[in-house]
Amino acid sequence: MTELTETTPQVDANDGLAVLERRGSVAETYGIPLAVLLELTHRCPLQCPYCSNPLELDRAGQELTTAEWKKVLSELAEIGVLQVHFSGGEPTARKDIVELVQHANDVGLYTNLITSAVLLTRERLKELADAGLCHVQISFQGNEPVVADRVGGYKGGHSKKLEVAKWTRELDLPLTVNAVMHRQNLHQLPDIIQMAVDLDADRLEVANVQYYGWALKNRASLMPTYEQLEETDRLVEEARERLKGTLTIDYVVPDYYALRPKKCMGGWGRQFFNISPSGKVLPCHAAESITGLDFMSVRSNNSIAWIWQNSEAFNRYRGTGWMKEPCKSCEFREIDFGGCRCQAFALTGDAANTDPACTLSPLHESIFKQAERDAASGQDRFLYRNFAGGTPENGNDA
Amino acid sequence: MAPRHIQVAETSRVVLPRHTKLKFDETRQVWVILAPERVLAPDEIAVEVLKLCDGVRSVAGIIDELATKYAAPRDVIATDVVAMLQDLADKGFLTEVRETTS
Repeated sequence: MTELTETTPQVDANDGLAVLERRGSVAETYGIPLAVLLELTHRCPLQCPYCSNPLELDRAGQELTTAEWKKVLSELAEIGVLQVHFSGGEPTARKDIVELVQHANDVGLYTNLITSAVLLTRERLKELADAGLCHVQISFQGNEPVVADRVGGYKGGHSKKLEVAKWTRELDLPLTVNAVMHRQNLHQLPDIIQMAVDLDADRLEVANVQYYGWALKNRASLMPTYEQLEETDRLVEEARERLKGTLTIDYVVPDYYALRPKKCMGGWGRQFFNISPSGKVLPCHAAESITGLDFMSVRSNNSIAWIWQNSEAFNRYRGTGWMKEPCKSCEFREIDFGGCRCQAFALTGDAANTDPACTLSPLHESIFKQAERDAASGQDRFLYRNFAGGTPENGNDA
Repeated sequence: MAPRHIQVAETSRVVLPRHTKLKFDETRQVWVILAPERVLAPDEIAVEVLKLCDGVRSVAGIIDELATKYAAPRDVIATDVVAMLQDLADKGFLTEVRETTS
């Protein structure tokens, strides 16, 4: 049995398409992705300071309509997409979420819901299950309300999440606990792992924050210490062994401390795209942070398959032809594809440079030092994510 | 709730849970298993076994059918089938139908 995809955007991916389509060249393979992330809305009751949405959020009025999303779902199924992840923002902030899940199911798509859970009622969750929902992923900001509600900027959020997780299992839906980790909650990891077991989750994602957009703005408040990272590695290793057959643990490290860059999105335009609330087809959810790229919309006259295969933005960093040294002649160029284009752009100003997470980048040493400086900064206050461009945390609440 | 983390025995009557779907991918002309945020590519034998996992047949029954069909030694088939099913079960992609004895 071959596992083809780790379709969670931040998780390193295997070459599922190459296996399925029996292609020879890994680098030049870009068949239609197996799974697509649909960001239905950027609206969200939570205000997590590391939100993966862009700084420039799509407003409600820009969002695709119900009819437009249904057309997208039908088209995705037709061209060979097998799974969709309904995400956001908070996807259940859309009044039509049940209708969209039902439609996805009707056209044969496997459906995952990636949710903060705080807007769900038991009745609503039951409706989603009856509409064919296959899997629920709930984000947790900690293992208890003091830290968790502060990080999410939403009072009562943590206890609501616990309740929804319980309903999820009562409705016989598989549950993934997503825990985004950073300096201010890593000490809770052992308890978070136990919480996932107690909630009868199938999977736990221990995802260290990746620093783009909102998280980059909050880097000094979030960056773990190197010692925390070493302890986290140890804890995850131990828990994986102990919980084999009970809980699957996916683990994403903070790459400022890494030696090799992550194979971001499995390579630009190779096996993943997402659709933004306003309908833009993007190579990754942070892609709009790279300026100078023109991303096409499902509202254009081109099909999604055409945009994937032919649009300039997807082809710009596809394969290995765009690379400069040291990537160009590197033996790992088809292993990690030079890391993350968004991070290369954010830290070097040129998305075609080697991701500084790589030891071969001239900037590698300096970002490692930057991470250590951030971790020791003593700056713990957040800038909360919202439509107003962010709100600094009140010192009295900290 | 469907039982999880099962031990596959010849008496088990296994079935894919609601959230694990065996599907023929028309675009790529291959069988796939769809599971939470994952797509698996079963080989031909696995597909054949999984098609028989209907919650009615027992694992022993499935082994018998395959042993007859391929004129192969039953013990060899049995070892392979149980190992394959246990692997799927360990990943949470297989459950079983249990009798409610009155």
